[in-house]
Amino acid sequence: MSDRSSVTANTKEIAARAFPMTRTTLVEERTRDSTTPNQYGSHEGGVLAQARWDRPAIFSLQNGLEVVVIPDHRTPVVTQMIWYKVGSADEPPGRSGLAHFLEHLMFKGTSKHPPGEFTQAVQRVGGYQNAFTGTDYTSYFQHVPRDQLGKMLEFEADRMTNLVLKDEDVLSERDVVLEELNMGVANNPGARLIEQMLAALYLNHPYGRLIIGWRQEIEKLGREDALGFYKRFYAPNNAILIIAGDVEAGALRPLVETSFGGIPLQPRIPAERLRPQEPPPAAERTVTLADPRVEQPVLHRYYLVPSARTAVAGESPVLDVLAQLMGGGINSYLYRALVIDKKLASSASARYEPTALDSSLLTISVTPEPGIEFGQIEYAIDGVIAGIAQHPARTEDIELAKTRLLAQAIYAQDDQAKLAAWYGRRLTTGLTIDEIRGWPDSIREVSAAQVLAAARKWLDKKRSVTGYLVKEPTQRHAERR
Amino acid sequence: MTQSCTRRDVLLAGASGSIAILASPSLLAATSTLAATKIKHLVSPCGIKATLVQDATVPLIAVEYAFGGGATQDPSEKPGVGHMVASLLDEGAGDLDAKTFHERLDGRAIELSFASHRDYFRGSLHTLKDCKEDAFDLLRLALTSPRFDPADVERIRAGVLAKLRHDSTNPASLANRKFFEVAFKDHPYARQAEGTLESVPKIDVADLKGYLRSVIAKDALKIAVVGDIDPEVLCKLLDMTFGGLPASSNSTPVADVVAAKPPQRIFIPLDVPQTFVTFGGPGVRRTEPDFMAACVVNHILGGGGLTSRLFREVREKRGLAYFVSERLVWMDHSAVFVGDSGTRADRAGRTVEEIERQVRHLAEKGPTQQELDDAKSYLKGSQIVALNTTSKLARTMLQHQLDRLPIDYLEKHDSVVDAVTLEDAKRAAARLWGGGLLTVLVGRSPVP
Repeated sequence: MSDRSSVTANTKEIAARAFPMTRTTLVEERTRDSTTPNQYGSHEGGVLAQARWDRPAIFSLQNGLEVVVIPDHRTPVVTQMIWYKVGSADEPPGRSGLAHFLEHLMFKGTSKHPPGEFTQAVQRVGGYQNAFTGTDYTSYFQHVPRDQLGKMLEFEADRMTNLVLKDEDVLSERDVVLEELNMGVANNPGARLIEQMLAALYLNHPYGRLIIGWRQEIEKLGREDALGFYKRFYAPNNAILIIAGDVEAGALRPLVETSFGGIPLQPRIPAERLRPQEPPPAAERTVTLADPRVEQPVLHRYYLVPSARTAVAGESPVLDVLAQLMGGGINSYLYRALVIDKKLASSASARYEPTALDSSLLTISVTPEPGIEFGQIEYAIDGVIAGIAQHPARTEDIELAKTRLLAQAIYAQDDQAKLAAWYGRRLTTGLTIDEIRGWPDSIREVSAAQVLAAARKWLDKKRSVTGYLVKEPTQRHAERR
Repeated sequence: MTQSCTRRDVLLAGASGSIAILASPSLLAATSTLAATKIKHLVSPCGIKATLVQDATVPLIAVEYAFGGGATQDPSEKPGVGHMVASLLDEGAGDLDAKTFHERLDGRAIELSFASHRDYFRGSLHTLKDCKEDAFDLLRLALTSPRFDPADVERIRAGVLAKLRHDSTNPASLANRKFFEVAFKDHPYARQAEGTLESVPKIDVADLKGYLRSVIAKDALKIAVVGDIDPEVLCKLLDMTFGGLPASSNSTPVADVVAAKPPQRIFIPLDVPQTFVTFGGPGVRRTEPDFMAACVVNHILGGGGLTSRLFREVREKRGLAYFVSERLVWMDHSAVFVGDSGTRADRAGRTVEEIERQVRHLAEKGPTQQELDDAKSYLKGSQIVALNTTSKLARTMLQHQLDRLPIDYLEKHDSVVDAVTLEDAKRAAARLWGGGLLTVLVGRSPVP
């Protein structure tokens, strides 16, 4: 729902984006999704002892394309997703927004298939296609009847190297992206607060800018920028193809060989994706975004924490449990303290984003009640954190937090597209299939002592930025002061 | 989602009731277990009716149900009562306070939710098959003995008000709200299900209880179930859950209404860089013979995906907007078409002009044969693609009941689409768009 995507959002999605009070919408774009793994196992005395998903079949071509196959034979439908290991954090300085801009331009046709042909082929069979860009990946997908898969593979393989860009298409699409920026950020003070908070939190890493980029840089992006980026990063040895649905790996392999096998590998793809890293954070930061349109103030706090890839073994699942314990649902510690007991806020939540190649975030979001000062909110948040860092959480609370996390894994079984996305996000942010499948077990192993230690270690205010969304006083009001 | 012609009532209702148009059995090969399974019609010993697709591939059960009434049953001076009820049913019931109720849900990974749509009070329940007894029991408690403890009512009210305050300067919310106010004037469809900053503070526990008494009853209940459960067990659980509800509801009748006649243009000033545009007009009711023809031409003008005329002309060719789409919204007592777009303030005039030009052109000339064929092909194929999860199938089966379609509609759908001729499509286009547009603009300056 909220990576930057090529095709339009419906109104409901717009409304959801425009209301980033309990879910930090723009952060989800960077490192979104703490849902839906592929398997789950038994939970001591609990209810989550269900059958496991099969291990996906994997194979790779000689040109380096990795292929993951997730079977779901309930309906004759397949989901094709190709994931390129390139995102906004891989853009050259001064060219922010380029990864996302290229994603839009990938719909402009190739030497073989004129503009619109791919999309019409998908539409004519009742399918759907779209694409989205993250900080660490760019993904294109189609949902189609299974007998269309061969055709989809051919279209997707074709646009990996044969994109044709005309100046007039590039310029009008740039206007489209600027309207996307207007919708998602400029029109939305809450989104602008998040933009400013990320910039304040990341001192050195490109995660400090939104995926869509800064306006003055988007305005200057051109055809050559897009083609240069495309040639550098779009190659079979920088991509993962995920096919989920009514298909078997054995039957799929020759189709993939036929369509993608002839594309040469790109020798200049670096073995490791190195970006400028964050220095140890030294100062607590605050950001205030004031806008006359703000009728409901919001407070967010973002902590810089390790991602599943950068964390030491076992620490990322501890952060999953910590965030759930603090802010997942009405029995979480923050909600109980701020909303139920002290009545300072109408919502309070926390969230950890494990999928990122580099340092990630643990976020807290609170909607204050009218008349409540931010200071009161922060005092209460700090009290909750101090409690977690000083006393081991009750076992039953830890178990409920784990069950809530594992429930997401269970319900993901129902949706092949979710499973494909779950794998894709993690594979493109440095995890292995085994690590991904091991997530539920690693959640089960988390102890109260580990949660306490993680709170102490990572929820240090020096690692954080606190953001305030406030109403800007009118001119007259300001002058009277 | 992909099919704008099948989206019902999303603008006000929040959660969508998108009906997926259904699977053609001829295309469903033997491997297809979910959608190819016959839909069964069940009647429990207590007389509770439901449709069921039994499928054991995943150990889950999805239940979708609806009570007739919805937001139209809010007292006229207190819109938002149904929405408050929906938000409070899982906040404590019977002997369980809110904390304990949520612990029971969370501890068994049960997902329970409620929503007030225009014509229906809807609910959904997702559970692991091993937890189904607990899941249905919690649902029974929620529907039959919600506590409405004062502290919980105030807490939920605070959340509703926070969202309304936020929405009060959100361009999309302002435009949608105004569109329905203008289209439906003093009819209940003019009101927002969430209520208003004025109405929500006035809602008291007596209102909530009154709403429950008038809406939550057996006579206006429709249920659809998909998942790993057999009919006998389901019948027992349905009796246990819904059997104790009052036999009959006490709804206020809702009059049929035709949306306000276009053309009209309304401007709401708001200092935002991007002007939000909502446009629409009277639509085609679900029960009318031209409904499917309207779906087809709607797909051609502004439907999902990246091929509609509006998408091509407004976005692809001219770069005027990131989003531009249009859909049919049908209700029990009316129907409209509604579209949205957004463009920077100095291009709002051009964008509205282009939308109007496209609408006029399709109304006057109709679609081409190729467009008609492609749209029909899409509408047939999209059923399979859209029905690939347990919960999507359950929502679709419920929507078919609400639309009073036969239980074998899945199998009939393709022939209904096939029957649409070019003449039908032209007639539907002329009827939908021949009168112009009711347009609401939210932005810096009115379009000249």
